[in-house]
Amino acid sequence: MYEEMKYLTAGEQAIVIEFGNEISEAINSKVRAMMIAIDKKNIDGIVEMTPTYRSLMVHYNPLKIDYDSILKQLKDLENQLDYIEIPRPTVIEIPTAYGNEFGPDIENVAKHNGLTVEEVIKIHTAKEYLIYMLGFTPGFPYLGGMDEKIATPRLKTPRTKISGGSVGIAGSQTGIYPIDSPGGWQLIGKTPLKLYDAYRDTPILLQAGNYIKFVAIEEKEYVKIEEAIKNNHYKYNTYPKEMEVK
Amino acid sequence: MNQIKILNHGLLTLVQDGGRYGYQQFGVPVSGVMDSFAHRIANILVGNDENEAVLEMTIVGPHIEFENDCVIAITGGDLLPIVNEAPIPMWESIYIKEGDRLSFRYMKSGCRSYIAFSGGIDVEVVMRSKSTYIKGKIGGHEGRPLKIGDVLKIGKPKENLHKLKGRIVPPKYIPKFTNTIDVRIVLGPQNEYFTEKGIKTFLSSPYAVTNECDRMGFRLEGETIEHVSGGDIISDGIALGAIQIPGHGKPIIMMADRQATGGYTKIGNVIRSDLYKIAQAKPGDQIRFSEISVKEAQQILKEVEAKIIAIKQECVAREIVSTKQFHLKINGKSYEVKVEEVK
Repeated sequence: MYEEMKYLTAGEQAIVIEFGNEISEAINSKVRAMMIAIDKKNIDGIVEMTPTYRSLMVHYNPLKIDYDSILKQLKDLENQLDYIEIPRPTVIEIPTAYGNEFGPDIENVAKHNGLTVEEVIKIHTAKEYLIYMLGFTPGFPYLGGMDEKIATPRLKTPRTKISGGSVGIAGSQTGIYPIDSPGGWQLIGKTPLKLYDAYRDTPILLQAGNYIKFVAIEEKEYVKIEEAIKNNHYKYNTYPKEMEVK
Repeated sequence: MNQIKILNHGLLTLVQDGGRYGYQQFGVPVSGVMDSFAHRIANILVGNDENEAVLEMTIVGPHIEFENDCVIAITGGDLLPIVNEAPIPMWESIYIKEGDRLSFRYMKSGCRSYIAFSGGIDVEVVMRSKSTYIKGKIGGHEGRPLKIGDVLKIGKPKENLHKLKGRIVPPKYIPKFTNTIDVRIVLGPQNEYFTEKGIKTFLSSPYAVTNECDRMGFRLEGETIEHVSGGDIISDGIALGAIQIPGHGKPIIMMADRQATGGYTKIGNVIRSDLYKIAQAKPGDQIRFSEISVKEAQQILKEVEAKIIAIKQECVAREIVSTKQFHLKINGKSYEVKVEEVK
């Protein structure tokens, strides 16, 4: 983490606030805190923000707020950051059916790591994974913190179509495909949740800076949840993240 | 309900507005028109909100049949528009009668043209925008480019159609599109990832637009730009007009459909006021970059804004109060003369 945040210029309509030059939960939590603080302050002229692994891009309208003014406001906020109350991140549960047609590569993953399928599921569902950022395709979460015990290289020949909701492993990363797309991830399961639905009130389910927790479910449960989502009465399981005391 | 029918779709004809803002943090591209100046002026000419959806046409224009009277305006690259058999001017409001057919000859200059319809295009607003995002299959008409047989609904005009006649953009405001393009940039956010020599190369050599240029980005060919140590970074946000330099050292200018984030170094950013020049560039065109400060870029943006306000005032002031037609005979030849009195 940098001693001092860097303010980088990205044209005359965006400023990048950079907190460090590595991928770490501590840096990412700063990105989240700064984004919430800016949001709370309601600075006129800020259009939107793009949080990423270790920086926050602030898009602004120079016709409403010029470079000097926004820079000053952001730096003032930086100084107050320790005194602004930032709510704890939310953990959202991702019900996932593992193996069989839901996760055709789970045996590859087990074999590659000398584990049983049950052990793979146990390890994959044990942790809460930080959503560092969303990108690549709408709603795709870049997750951190997967256990190296289940790390597996990508497929040698990528699939031409992976259906939305598929949960996979690529190297030491785990992720969920929000929409149908080609890809080379080892598929271990599938969630009936929709990470992206353009016509829903909240089109994207996940948010950078929050966490997800995979929960193993049976096929019967999968069908039930799928039905509930279709009828718009599924209730998402969420809880505040327990923060370690430092 | 007013509507138009697409008799032929052209090369790539899309419903676009000012863009889909507020979703970049979720990985959703902004989309929207490539040439924002042409888009806004087209809407002003037909009495719409400046952000209203228009048709963006690329290189080959569509054929359109109007099922109702309508006022349209065509701006941007010169596609040589024709109504029925007769050529019509660009950058003016044009009264179209029920049954008229609009077509285009060929791209005389530029690369993208825009048609605004009085009343706007009545498609569903998806995630706060009417813009088509092709890869995400959302927005516009069924989330895709237009095709033969499509029917688009046109909204109710805000003003009486006859009051919209005669709106003309004064020639001094109409941009000229050339094959050599000077583009102003602001350095950053990763200019420190380049050697002094690399920055100098970037700012002193011409770069040619390659065939790989679309709504996502423009790949350029030219002198290799030297990095200090590679072109990869930990992914961060990408602003409109960002100039990415991957490891191979050649620039890619990020346009309307760009991904919201990416992992390549960005040497600089094309200023918003010059982005229309990129939007109108074709393969083979030469681009030269020059550096200005953020403050200068913001000053230029204000000047462009003032120019748009001036155009709006001059257009609206030219409202036609009355029209008289005369039949004249000069030296034995007959002439039909139309005299329009403007306010």
